[in-house]
Amino acid sequence: MEEPGFIVHHKGDSLGVVVVEDVKAGQKLRGWIMDTNETIELTAAADIPLGHKVALVPLGKGDTVLKYGNDVGRAVEDIGVGGYVHFHNIKSKRW
Amino acid sequence: MTHDSFFGYRRANGRAGIRNYVLILPVDDISNAACEGVANNVHGTMALPHSYGRLQYGEDLDLHFRTIIGCGANPNVAAVLVIGIEPGWTKRVVDGIAATGKPVRGLHIEGKGELTTIAEGCRVAQEFVQYATELQRERIPIEDLWVATKCGESDTTSGIASCPAVGNLIDKLDARGITSCFGETTEITGGEKLCASRAANPEAAAKFMKVFQAYQDEVMRFKVDDLSDSQPSKGNKAGGLSTIEEKAFGNLQKIGEKAMYIDVLAPAEAPSRGPGLYYMDTSSAAAECLPLQAAAGFVLHLFPTGQGNVVGNPIMPTIKLTANPRTARVMKEHIDLDVSDVLRRKMTISQAGDALIDMAVRTSNGRLTTAETLRHREFAMTKLYRSA
Repeated sequence: MEEPGFIVHHKGDSLGVVVVEDVKAGQKLRGWIMDTNETIELTAAADIPLGHKVALVPLGKGDTVLKYGNDVGRAVEDIGVGGYVHFHNIKSKRW
Repeated sequence: MTHDSFFGYRRANGRAGIRNYVLILPVDDISNAACEGVANNVHGTMALPHSYGRLQYGEDLDLHFRTIIGCGANPNVAAVLVIGIEPGWTKRVVDGIAATGKPVRGLHIEGKGELTTIAEGCRVAQEFVQYATELQRERIPIEDLWVATKCGESDTTSGIASCPAVGNLIDKLDARGITSCFGETTEITGGEKLCASRAANPEAAAKFMKVFQAYQDEVMRFKVDDLSDSQPSKGNKAGGLSTIEEKAFGNLQKIGEKAMYIDVLAPAEAPSRGPGLYYMDTSSAAAECLPLQAAAGFVLHLFPTGQGNVVGNPIMPTIKLTANPRTARVMKEHIDLDVSDVLRRKMTISQAGDALIDMAVRTSNGRLTTAETLRHREFAMTKLYRSA
């Protein structure tokens, strides 16, 4: 089976995790959705380090971010598909 | 290799150990030097220095005794020499450990000084080592293995593969009747409803929510910011984790998909409801959490890491696994099991769980963990409040 460029834990999650090193903006990536064993594709809109996240859907400021099929925080700015997602643009709803 | 059993040490109280330590155990911090003096002189002994044991009171003192006595009582320990500054609390620790039926003796320093105490202690320790080294490993069914887990320096790969590998082991071995333990109360933040739903009964769920809320209240009382440098940690964020909720759901992968916890333990409290999964109210800091699990009687630890936490424990061998391919490559000397093939779609979670079961059995049989070979013996006592 082809090695994925990013992994999605649950179908319907807003985010995927980049699992290869040195992803560059414009790079086409193949993603693996673990719970349904599906393959999807997208283009990275930014450089994304290994283990960091890529947006699978457009997120508007204030939108809830889903991972593991659960609420893991909110977007604090608009994020486009393929965008780099980290603590600069999503925040905890706790603490 | 069969995974139905392992070769361990059957203790007088029926529990199974996977190591055979002769422990030189200080009651209090000022007896550390005497304990180290004995350990330096008698081959095959290990001192367990720590920072507290004076002027504590109430619940905090109870926790201190539970931790010290629990570590001495742990089945990985064959015999214990206890040294304290005075006879009263020394006897309390000796009596607590003696309930297991293992050899234990106490010495105190006041009235004779440290050098005489060390000389007496060396003679006792020598006897204990010669007793312990004649004990033989025997075949023990896998269900007698007590396994604890916690993750550290987690990153996004922890939630994808290394924590689920532990969860797969827990699911498979819980069904066989092992005793296991997870915790990290603050690190469940955001996932507390999911965690409560994994209780086997309403009492355990209510107990979990009570300790969860108490820890939240404590954080809210003392916090000065959004904890963005603490939970998630700097290392977590370098590894791609953005929020405490994201970290929590990754963390909870360690209990798999089926296992339900049957009770909620206080820090360092030994399980008392028979085999099954237990939740323990612990800090999420590794060097604080692991001693509490060891003191509760767990003999083996499973520690998924992402960015490469290097922690070990003096008496509970700590298997470290990672799914981060870079960590597996550049921090190889800290990693016992590499499950990064899950990320490459070349290994399933079930296969990763089986590989971990294999490593757990091999480690139980005597294989030293990476942390043991590097002498990682982190042991931070959990303290509830300042001493009187």
